[in-house]
Formats: sequence, structure tokens, C-alpha cells
Amino acid sequence: MTTAIAKVSIVVSKGSLEGIYPALIMANGARAEGIEANLFFTFFGLDAVSRKRHEHIKVATVGNPGLHVATLVGALPGMPGLMTSYLEHKLGKLDIPPIPEFIEMIADSGAGIYGCQASCDLFGLTEDDLIDQVKAIITVGEFYALAAGGQIIFT
Amino acid sequence: MPIATYAGHDVIVNDEGFFADPYQWTEEMAPYIAKAIGIDELTLRHWQIIRFMRDQYRAKGTGPTVRILGKTSGVSIKELYQLFPSGPAKTAAKIAGIPKPRGCI
Repeated sequence: MTTAIAKVSIVVSKGSLEGIYPALIMANGARAEGIEANLFFTFFGLDAVSRKRHEHIKVATVGNPGLHVATLVGALPGMPGLMTSYLEHKLGKLDIPPIPEFIEMIADSGAGIYGCQASCDLFGLTEDDLIDQVKAIITVGEFYALAAGGQIIFT
Repeated sequence: MPIATYAGHDVIVNDEGFFADPYQWTEEMAPYIAKAIGIDELTLRHWQIIRFMRDQYRAKGTGPTVRILGKTSGVSIKELYQLFPSGPAKTAAKIAGIPKPRGCI
């Protein structure tokens, strides 16, 4: 018999809507199965837990072949906002919450939410700049210690 | 499929331990199912969720996910995880004798 997964630690490195949602769905789904979960936000992924930015996450309309929008069209002013509204509408219909509410829900489920020290140093962010659900800003070494004994997923 | 015995009654369960036939379930079985999966005592709050699961299953043919439980059961997500640490929707469905709710949220 295969061993069940007992813990996952998910690294979120991208700051686009399509870069953030999959990680949130996986973390939330892990908790729903009784699996311990940690989310570690690094580089542009920090936008998802930034007070200033977490309500303004946009889908990438350029350099995103999966969207099937021509690059020049995707680059038109207003396109990221328009495509984001459209996707948010579709997500809402499936009862998938907006990113800020989703992260709050995941924190309430008992998952650990962390910011990356090196990225916070790079962007000049402190804990005051991050949402309340972030437990701490931690180093990569501390992340590995938290992740010990479980699976690590990089997104 | 495996047979489990709760409160002196044999019931058919699937490989994950969920009831194959929700109509084999009775309330007196619930504390025994709970104990078998690590919940020693069912409080009134547990029962509120168990009955909610049964009602939802009866009405919709499927149990609610954690997201729906948090929005409609009157118990917050935080408390749901305190009541059912191994996953509220999944554990409550098992204790309530209904199939495991499917859904990604």
C-alpha cells in the first residue's frame, strides 16, 4: 500500500492570478483532506499577501499562450483588467472565492502562511506590509525546516 | 466491499470507510464511527454539522464541501477544523453515513 501524503509545503513565486490560484486551491484542498499545509510566498508571489496589492491581482494577458489572445491585443490598455474581471466572474460562479477571502479561509483552516525573507528584503517589505494571516517572514532554511518530512511543491 | 460494525449493526462501507448505503445509517452509530476515526466525543456542535450533512445529502444527493459548510452551516471554517481536524467535510460525511463530498474548494 502506498503511504498517504501527510504534509505539503507550497512555494508561490508568481504574482499573476493564474500563478496564485492553483497554489491556493492545492493548499485548501490539502487541508480539506486533513493534510498539513504551508504556503511560502516568494518573489512576485508576495503580491498575494501584500496589503497594497492582494486585492488587485491580474491575469497575464501578454506572454500567456493559454489565454488565446494575440500578444498585441493583450497589450492594449485595459486588457488585463478586462480579462481579470471576466475570469473573476467565472471563478465566482464556481464559488471560488476572491484571493484575499481565499487566503483568509486557508489560514482559518490551520495552514501556515509565510513570506520569504530574501524577497521581502529585495522589495523592502516588512511584516507591516503583509496581511495579518502571514505568520512570519522566514528564511529559506526555516522554510526547509517547516517542510521537513513532507512534500514541497513549487509554483 | 468491506463490512464495518457500529453499535452492533453490520454495514457496508467503501474502501475509504464511507457508507455504501446512507440509509443503513442510524444516529446511534455516529459516536462509534467518530471514535473509530479519532473523535472521542460528539458535542452539540458536532451534531449540528452531522445533521446538516444529512439534510444536505437528502436535499441535493451530495454532501457540502468545506467552503459551503463555512458559508451555510452556521459554524465558521476555523471552528469546523477544530471540530473535525482531519478535514471537516470529509470527516463529517463519514460520521453522518453519507458519501464523501466531491469538489476542489
